[in-house]
Amino acid sequence: MEISYNMKAWQLRGMLERREVSALEVLDSVLKRVEETEPTVKAYLTLTRDDARATAEATDLALSRDGAIGRIAGIPMAVKDVLCTRGIKTTCGSLILENYIPVYDATVVNSLRREGLTMVGKANMDEFAMGSSTENSAFGPTRNPWDPDRVPGGSSGGSAAAVAAGEAVWALGSDTGGSIRQPASFCGLVGLKPTYGLISRYGLVAFASSLDQIGPITRDVRDCALLLSLIAGHDPKDSTSLAADIPDYEKACLGDIKGLRVGVPVELMQEGLTPGVKEAMDNCLHLFSELGADVREASLPNLDYALSAYYIIAPAEASSNLARFDGVRYGLRAGDGEDIMEMYGKTRRQGFGAEVKRRIMLGTYALSAGYYEAYYGQAQKVRTLIVEDFRRAFDEFDVLVSPTSPTPAFRLGEKLEDPLAMYLSDVCTIPVNLAGIPAISIPCGLEDGLPIGLQIMGKVLAEAQLLRVATTMEEALDFKATPKLEGEMPL
Amino acid sequence: MIDRKDVEYVAWLARLDLSEEEKERFTRQLDNVLEHAQKIKSLDTSEVEPTPHVLPLKNVMRDDEIKPSLSQEEALSNAPHREGAYFVVPRIL
Amino acid sequence: MSEYEVVIGLEIHAELKTKSKMFCGCDASFGGEPNSKTDPVCLGLPGVLPVLNRKAIELAIRLAIALDSEIAPNSIFHRKNYFYPDMPKNYQISQYDLPLAIGGHLDIDVGGEPFRVGITRVHMEEDTGKSVHASESGRIHGAEYSLEDFNRAGVPLVEIVTEPDVRTAEQARIFMQELRSILQHLEVSDGKMEEGSLRCDANISLRPRGESEMGVKTEVKNMNSFRALSRALEYEIVRQTDLLESGGKVVQETRHWDADGNVTTPMRTKEYAFDYRYFPEPDLVPLEPSLEFLDEVRTALPELPQERRRRFQEDYSLPAYDVGLLTASKAMGDFFEETVRAGAPPKAASNWMMGELSAYMNAMNLEIEDIIVSPRQLAKMIELVETGVISGKIAKSVFEEMLRGGKDPDEIVKEQGITQISDSQELERLIAEVIKENPESVDDYRGGKEKALGFMVGQVMRKTGGRANPQLVNEMLKRSLEGE
Ligand SMILES: [Mg+2]
Ligand SMILES: [Zn+2]
Repeated sequence: MEISYNMKAWQLRGMLERREVSALEVLDSVLKRVEETEPTVKAYLTLTRDDARATAEATDLALSRDGAIGRIAGIPMAVKDVLCTRGIKTTCGSLILENYIPVYDATVVNSLRREGLTMVGKANMDEFAMGSSTENSAFGPTRNPWDPDRVPGGSSGGSAAAVAAGEAVWALGSDTGGSIRQPASFCGLVGLKPTYGLISRYGLVAFASSLDQIGPITRDVRDCALLLSLIAGHDPKDSTSLAADIPDYEKACLGDIKGLRVGVPVELMQEGLTPGVKEAMDNCLHLFSELGADVREASLPNLDYALSAYYIIAPAEASSNLARFDGVRYGLRAGDGEDIMEMYGKTRRQGFGAEVKRRIMLGTYALSAGYYEAYYGQAQKVRTLIVEDFRRAFDEFDVLVSPTSPTPAFRLGEKLEDPLAMYLSDVCTIPVNLAGIPAISIPCGLEDGLPIGLQIMGKVLAEAQLLRVATTMEEALDFKATPKLEGEMPL
Repeated sequence: MIDRKDVEYVAWLARLDLSEEEKERFTRQLDNVLEHAQKIKSLDTSEVEPTPHVLPLKNVMRDDEIKPSLSQEEALSNAPHREGAYFVVPRIL
Repeated sequence: MSEYEVVIGLEIHAELKTKSKMFCGCDASFGGEPNSKTDPVCLGLPGVLPVLNRKAIELAIRLAIALDSEIAPNSIFHRKNYFYPDMPKNYQISQYDLPLAIGGHLDIDVGGEPFRVGITRVHMEEDTGKSVHASESGRIHGAEYSLEDFNRAGVPLVEIVTEPDVRTAEQARIFMQELRSILQHLEVSDGKMEEGSLRCDANISLRPRGESEMGVKTEVKNMNSFRALSRALEYEIVRQTDLLESGGKVVQETRHWDADGNVTTPMRTKEYAFDYRYFPEPDLVPLEPSLEFLDEVRTALPELPQERRRRFQEDYSLPAYDVGLLTASKAMGDFFEETVRAGAPPKAASNWMMGELSAYMNAMNLEIEDIIVSPRQLAKMIELVETGVISGKIAKSVFEEMLRGGKDPDEIVKEQGITQISDSQELERLIAEVIKENPESVDDYRGGKEKALGFMVGQVMRKTGGRANPQLVNEMLKRSLEGE
């Protein structure tokens, strides 16, 4: 049977089980797509063809013997290069880790390996996940398969672009302020930021520890549910990991949304929305009503302060998390032969890019003597207010909805010189990370041929509900567009 | 709000060598971002507790058991500079 | 008396006696091949997360209870940020404004007088790795480069901060000795200053008597024995006194005790003061010890040195002097009790331990833990003396042999044929010889000079090579002299 490059994982899984295709055929079709489109998209930092081939062969062998195969065996995946992979280079998009080879696997990678992970490669990203466009990668930007002049979003831009371009069937990303949802939105995909603590962060190179979460980027909600069910769950190696019961997320997708109370935070519908995004939102709200949901305006006044609080808290934690990149035990070292101060200074000067330096500076400043209370301390209190706003809103509503991003994908270079403008593009996604709640982005329309994302936010651990709402909306929206990226279109 | 001296001090704390051009640029850009961050100062938070964790967790602990360590070779496998089984660093003082 | 009052506050770090490290499963024991006790967590590799060792908390709480410190119902960890190559993450996970326990005190005995030192706080943190400096002296100054070993990185520490109550170097030393004894008795820490499992820094300042405001202080580091602690503080007191009396000013700085040069020297100061940028550790969750847990720890609290002293005095009827020495370290007291349990009379066990054993340990620079003689062997030897198999004098050389080779006492006695001569026929013959050879002494004795008897006993002992039972000789000699 013909394999097309935009098939869902669950479809391919069925074909594998029915022996209609082999794992190698699936992999080869993806690798062929990589050959064709990677020169344009540049989604990957490292390709792991041999590793993928070996697992695909093992899957086929197991299938030929009627043995059991892992639940994701033979379905090619892209893994964001912020997740540690034993024996495979993990750079975080940074020169400082250009040649770094981890000696251990992240817990999620480990879990997926047990289920037959077929990893095509390590996906490009903004350096240390700091950015919203993947332009902050030390190894060059990734381009949006829908329009190579545009960014794929960030920081999980490589993961999203790989899935959108057909260079992987699905992907893992990480989300600190929108880094899964916004690129999913820009690339016409589904992206989920789970509840803080649902997925182990062990082996995820930390950006902002109290905000980071790993999550899936997929072609539909069902794939998202499948992948989520394999990575969710308690990990004794992560003290911030919840010991929650993991429901069957695939089953949870079924049902309807009659009587669902949908809130629309006015604070997330303010200025900056493009006409296309506004229109798409109106359409979504209309659909919600048609499907029997009760749609009303919501107000979470402190969301107006979320962006400011985030751009204190995240850099502060980052400044500390990134202190370990010092040229002593791993990674780049510069200025050897001088004294250690010089070595530190030069290593970090050469190893980090501009955005990372900017955030380290910002975070260091916010924590330094005399400024802690005014900045970091105050931001943590504002965070409390935001958490309380959400708690109150969820007394009244089952889910909250907003655009994932106020605009579709912007052009490369458009916001690169204006950090604040770049930060503002995360305005709808950031509050979710501050509150630790889950949110999913699904494609809900196009503007000038570029995808738009709908963000659905839920209570802590309400993933099952989010997946059901998302599935229902996915069916109603019937978003069928795919990127027009053809094989030979080098720039 | 933030001046060049602040930028130099912060860069020293963070062990970042900055070029003259970077010092100038960061002073401007950080000032911009901090200007925006001023917004949160207007909120009255005198009665508000900070939220360092959004989690309902406490007392997460493990048993006191020895687990296998890395081999020395693994531990040193990414060392930029080693001598025997040690990591080498330049003069400390 | 100087016109200045000395004000000293101590900051003590003790390594907790856990099997594994504070936040990972690596072996926490001392030493080992460099970087052989490390894993991704304690090497601070990208992506790792800490998970707290329950035992470390339990041990720190034990100590806090012993110091009458109030355990906080809610405490959290902070990150203390500063760059140093022996610190893998370039931040130390420590506690800051919400420590494990607050307040408390420790009562010590200074020359028979009770003295109370207040405790400010007890908190937990992780240890750093170790830098080896590549210079002739092995010191950081003048080293071309340094070598880093992370075996110690992440070993759990408890930090004890005292109130500025200490007034003399002697008080500081006694405080540390008592604290070490507590740490050992509670099995919280080895308390080995030389190995660095117990470390002490001191803040010291002077102020005019009667003044309540604090003077400018210096922080003295690198005092890695009790002796170093006394001498460094004495030196610093004199140095500051001289400075102030000559109209100078004390500079606030950190000073390094140089044990070879017998001086404190300023450590090179940084361009900027430390700005640690403490903030709550987001990778760990709050600690809220339940009342049940605290009760459990309290109930299972091992015997404290104070209680042990009381018990030794009561149960073994030992003099206060003996008790003091035997409880100076936990291992010493344990050795004693095991010897008694193995059948030795308490006073005899105490005498041997305070006498021969201590002399040997001093001469060889050994700790009781290093002694190869077991309490059972010591008890056996004491039994040989008590039952008259060997004389007290012979016993000394047997014991020495035991200390050197670790052999059982009866084995040594058998090998060297030094069993006491209790064959009375043999003794009778020797006594007759001595009487014949020393007619003057015989006359003296018969003339009422008791001393002459002692001389003749000595002569018999010499002929036996010390193997006779002196008491038996004494009796037999008396009998022969008086019987004739
Ligand atoms: Mg400390
Ligand atoms: Zn370790």
